[in-house]
Amino acid sequence: MRISEVKDHLAKFRVGIAGAGGLGSNCAVALARSGIGSLVISDFDVVEPANLNRQYYFISQIGMLKTIALKENIARINPDVVVIAHTEKLDRFNIPEIYSGCDVVVEAFDREEMKEMLIETIQIIMPGIPVIIGSGVAGWGKNETIRYRKVDETLYICGDESTMADDDYPAMAPRVGIVANMQANTVIEILMKKTRDYFHV
Amino acid sequence: MKILLNNREEIFAEETLSVSEMLKLKKFSFKMRIIKINGALITKDKYDTTMINEGDNVQMLYLMSGG
Repeated sequence: MRISEVKDHLAKFRVGIAGAGGLGSNCAVALARSGIGSLVISDFDVVEPANLNRQYYFISQIGMLKTIALKENIARINPDVVVIAHTEKLDRFNIPEIYSGCDVVVEAFDREEMKEMLIETIQIIMPGIPVIIGSGVAGWGKNETIRYRKVDETLYICGDESTMADDDYPAMAPRVGIVANMQANTVIEILMKKTRDYFHV
Repeated sequence: MKILLNNREEIFAEETLSVSEMLKLKKFSFKMRIIKINGALITKDKYDTTMINEGDNVQMLYLMSGG
């Protein structure tokens, strides 16, 4: 299959990204480069200097809402991607509305309570929509600990499932980037198996 | 009973166990987790009342901060 055929196929699908930090921004960019049709990206934070060690933003974007900054960056990479940005904090009530119509949702939060809330909401309220989790990205090295696991048709995990990020064990660009790209890779694998003969947007 | 826990066979002396009892027996103390039994997600508030039975497929994963 040629890259143009892959892009034509992926253009028919819509992917939800929950969180636009290290996982979300890098995953969104990988999907945009691959020709995904549309992205629904949610985040309420603004770009801060401390984010630049791993997140897909620039010094000139400090202070901007991450969703707006990411939309701008994606437009500079692949203007064909439709980016739908949401800046409200996600909760059990707005998730089904925001992500309805998405073929897959990528869990890209930093805090584990938010990860749990999103996974539970999608698995219970939106059954059948695959969720791709990022869990365990902190530190450096240890390539061999990063893995991918499919629980079932609607739940996939990327990460080492053991390291917790904190001030003394930071999340850094290489491992966060590996996991974000594994999540994007999983999305593409799922979507390449789906058939659809119309464009989503 | 014999169950599948993360795709591995586990044998318990008990014929049935609640999710809470199973977690205690296995000494799984890390709190941030997702549990699915035969494909259905079990939320924390149901750990005491949801029973695990012979042949069940139990999947568990841990949620780590960082992203």
